[in-house]
Amino acid sequence: MGLLKELKKGVLISLWFVFLTFPVMVIKVDPIARTVVWRWANALYMAVGTFFIYFLVQFFLRKKENRKETNDSKEQTLSFIHRILQDRLQRNILIGVVAVVAVFFPQFLSAYQTNVMTTALMYVVLGLGLNIVVGLAGLLDLGFVAFYAVGAYTYALLNLHFGLGFWAVLPIGGLIAATFGILLGFPVLRLRGDYLAIVTLGFGEIIRLILENWGQFSKGPSGISNISRPGFFGIEFSLQSSIIYTYYLMVLLVLVTIFVVNRLQDSRLGRAWIALREDEIACQAMGIDKRKTKLVAFSLGAFWAGIMGVMFAAKTTFVNPASFTFLESAIILSIVVLGGMGSIVGVLFGALILILMPEYLRALSQYRMLAFGAILVCMMVFRPQGLISNIRRTYTFKKKTTSSLCR
Amino acid sequence: MKFTVSGKLFSTTACLMFALSAPALSFAGDTIKFGIAGPHSGDLASYGLPSAAAAKLVIDKFNANGGIKGKKIEILQEDDVCKPEIATNTATKLVSSGVEVVLGHICSGATIAAMPIYKDANILVMSPSATSDELTYSGKYPNFFRTIAPNAAQSPAMIDFAIDKLGLKKIAIIHDKGDYGKPLAEGAKLHVEKKGKGQVVLFEGITPGAMDYSAIVQKIKESGAEVVVFGGYHPEASKIVSIMKKKRLDTKFVSDDGVKDDTFIKVAGDDAEGVYAAGPQDNSANPLALKAKEEYKAAFNSDPGAFYENAYAATVVMLNAIEKAGGSTKLEDLKKVLQTEKVDTPVGAVSFDQKGDAIGVGFSMYVVEKGKYVVVK
Amino acid sequence: MDYFIELLFSGLTRGSIYALIALGYTMVYGIIGLINFAHGEIYMIGAFTAFIVATVLSIYGFPLIAIVIIAGIAAVVWSSSYGYTIEKIAYKPLRHAPRLSPLISAIGMSIFLQNYVLLAQTSDFLPFPRLIPDFPFMEPIAHIVGSTDLVILVTTVIVMVALTFIIKFTLIGKAMRATSQDRTMATLVGINVNRVISATFIIGSGLAAIGGLLIASHIGQINFYIGFLAGIKAFTAAVLGGIGSIPGAVLGSLILGLTESFATGYVSSDYEDVFAFSLLVLILIFKPSGLLGKATNQKV
Repeated sequence: MGLLKELKKGVLISLWFVFLTFPVMVIKVDPIARTVVWRWANALYMAVGTFFIYFLVQFFLRKKENRKETNDSKEQTLSFIHRILQDRLQRNILIGVVAVVAVFFPQFLSAYQTNVMTTALMYVVLGLGLNIVVGLAGLLDLGFVAFYAVGAYTYALLNLHFGLGFWAVLPIGGLIAATFGILLGFPVLRLRGDYLAIVTLGFGEIIRLILENWGQFSKGPSGISNISRPGFFGIEFSLQSSIIYTYYLMVLLVLVTIFVVNRLQDSRLGRAWIALREDEIACQAMGIDKRKTKLVAFSLGAFWAGIMGVMFAAKTTFVNPASFTFLESAIILSIVVLGGMGSIVGVLFGALILILMPEYLRALSQYRMLAFGAILVCMMVFRPQGLISNIRRTYTFKKKTTSSLCR
Repeated sequence: MKFTVSGKLFSTTACLMFALSAPALSFAGDTIKFGIAGPHSGDLASYGLPSAAAAKLVIDKFNANGGIKGKKIEILQEDDVCKPEIATNTATKLVSSGVEVVLGHICSGATIAAMPIYKDANILVMSPSATSDELTYSGKYPNFFRTIAPNAAQSPAMIDFAIDKLGLKKIAIIHDKGDYGKPLAEGAKLHVEKKGKGQVVLFEGITPGAMDYSAIVQKIKESGAEVVVFGGYHPEASKIVSIMKKKRLDTKFVSDDGVKDDTFIKVAGDDAEGVYAAGPQDNSANPLALKAKEEYKAAFNSDPGAFYENAYAATVVMLNAIEKAGGSTKLEDLKKVLQTEKVDTPVGAVSFDQKGDAIGVGFSMYVVEKGKYVVVK
Repeated sequence: MDYFIELLFSGLTRGSIYALIALGYTMVYGIIGLINFAHGEIYMIGAFTAFIVATVLSIYGFPLIAIVIIAGIAAVVWSSSYGYTIEKIAYKPLRHAPRLSPLISAIGMSIFLQNYVLLAQTSDFLPFPRLIPDFPFMEPIAHIVGSTDLVILVTTVIVMVALTFIIKFTLIGKAMRATSQDRTMATLVGINVNRVISATFIIGSGLAAIGGLLIASHIGQINFYIGFLAGIKAFTAAVLGGIGSIPGAVLGSLILGLTESFATGYVSSDYEDVFAFSLLVLILIFKPSGLLGKATNQKV
């Protein structure tokens, strides 16, 4: 009985999409030659395509609903990865497998693959940095790329003028970026939510524009080239081994970052951030210094971005302002949200998916970005809490007291 | 191997890994690996695809004649979407798959970012379109050559034209803040000062993609400039030109290679009339250029796009050098041939100077007349 | 003095351009509190529809006035349909999701729409037909205010007045205000919240289409990427004026346009965006919810 109705709905929806996409998909005009091409075939593809996609989506929604109805118990709703992480043995096995893959990755794959993986790992660290600001402290930052740029230019300029090496600048870059984080943090302390978002976006643009226009300082849009790659006690590497060295360096940095962020999360400060995210006023009432907590979140987030900036400059050996646009901030933010806000494992997965996907979708070259956009939307629609959402530490009373007060 | 030095310092496993990971670079393959790098997707694809097509056409011809010294030429094509950070990946991929010569990259920024990687691998790179001065003048990249004239030659061409040919003294220099337009504009400013004849009354950068340029046009008017020299690409140029017309300003407009594109005329329409632009020197009388164009038409049934002739010439020159060097693709051998031999190509008879710039490739000035770019005599 | 007046009008034109887009931003934000990053793309699609329809009609020899009307209607109809559909696909399922999820969905939608137009049409810049002729009576002051500038200025004023009227006095307007104040409460008093949100998207997108048509014929060119920068600037303007407030969006846009114009005229266009964003930061420091935004006291 429902089938006919469903079919009718499917047809109506596909007709709607045919109408919607009609001007852009069907008509193609050449204003110079003054010719019009009517591509009716596209309308047909559109109709058939939408029809099938509609039923596919319906099918998945059904399945999701059924699952929800049948087993509502807590165990099942935990995602696969969490179940693994909760079991000590399974977790150790997983970590072991990841470690082996990470260590032997460059052996079995080419330098190109290693390079791509290094980039993805850099975004893991960037994502973890932004996760402190957005995921833990709940401050929406759309200009995160500014700190990335600060780090990259710190290394580029110090290397250019004073010949400082990678290892010397790594902490300097992080510290300068952290200082910028505090600089940005001060004026925006009072702002909330989306006002904060637009100011940070503006801040990111200002940094990029200054780098672009202040030619004497930053060499302008032409950028700075020939930046030294990371060294190792004065040993010069060939390109090939340098790529592999950078890869292992990045693995190490990711490990350090995960360790630090994990410890931070469980610290007094981390709990203060989460409290701030949940309810600012209640948080203040509990005696948490809002100012200090926010500033520390900004500066710590910026610190990691700065370090990655140094890494970026060392890896590509070239920086110019065009690498630090708003889109970059948007991608880092997408990593955090897609992975699951506040979740370290989530950010890890988010970064690997979002950075590796466009790289391997390159075969589809033209449709790459189209698919990227569509996947972002689908992900959010079907899993709005992110791939691997953070599990809150919970404590359940065994006694049968009603907990309506604690809601 | 090089890695053994670091072997002492790393743990034994690390050492093992490093040694294992050095790929066996195949030099004695039975094909010559010819790399093509440039934007083949994205919004700048129209700058990269004609070059790739040119290389393919030339290589197909060589292969049809039995290749070079019995070796066929194999094409490895990689996309860099004109982004520096992606270009380094592209270059790494090409180098690690063992290319022996590379045609590309297309955009200056991407080329600069990729060059150190090719330099370390001692691979000859020839760009049909990267005009940044740094590539040749800095002396940092001995393996870089190009079949297009550098910016350093383009800015003086525009300024000399404005001052000597048009007889205008007050110059407003505008640029799009980009890595192509800004150095051009700076070069132009420098040249005016050196020349001592004209005077720069305004030097400003505009934001590309902005929705309205009337403020800067008013400023041009206020400055009393007789001619606007613009460094940048055609979308901004056509916006400025049409706003100038709207504001009833008839200041002359002289621009660069990025504007000498038919899209500019299409988009700006009537407003484009009388706009001057520097462009690669006029090759329409060169029979080889005509022949190259015919080949493209026969293969793709449309007119070739930007840098087609330059890419065609670059491919011919590189393959010729490999042939003359006896099939060797060693940088030193190729360089010797490139710097001594003149080869007839669609952009004229080409040989290269010590820096890597083509001798005899320069700029001509064009003007839009009745919806077409024609050479200014 | 002439120079000052010229810059003033440049700034006003630019400000009105921002306003036409910012109004849609601010409406959507006012109702569901979402930064609709895809709004810039809706503006782009409006402009593209107008471009396609106008070019087709002019090839078939329609008179200019008919072209303007039909292209305008087509742009509004299709943009609204896109706005409506996007809300249904990308935002409605996320109404109870974490706050940032719809934002990412919007960013994804924006990337998707850009590439959709890029693939279905072209990456090249296309000439937009000149839909607004030069009015003869404007000729004496054409060097200060052109005909398109005038049309844009007038349209912005009309649109703002009409919107204020709709929101203040019509039934749907009242429903919108109720929804924006308290969605649950609005449902309780019998307002169909889903329909109100759809209506908001339809009106906002229609405005973006009008903006698209006027702006594209002002600058005379179009490609798939024009929505991005326009969206960011309009968003800045909306926040400057106090996001959610209709007069605020117009005021913010005009201030932004004038700042950029005077910064270009008297300082340097190199730093026009730096001035614009610095102004935004300054204003928000002293008025954290924008110029005309209501400072809401958070209740515990």
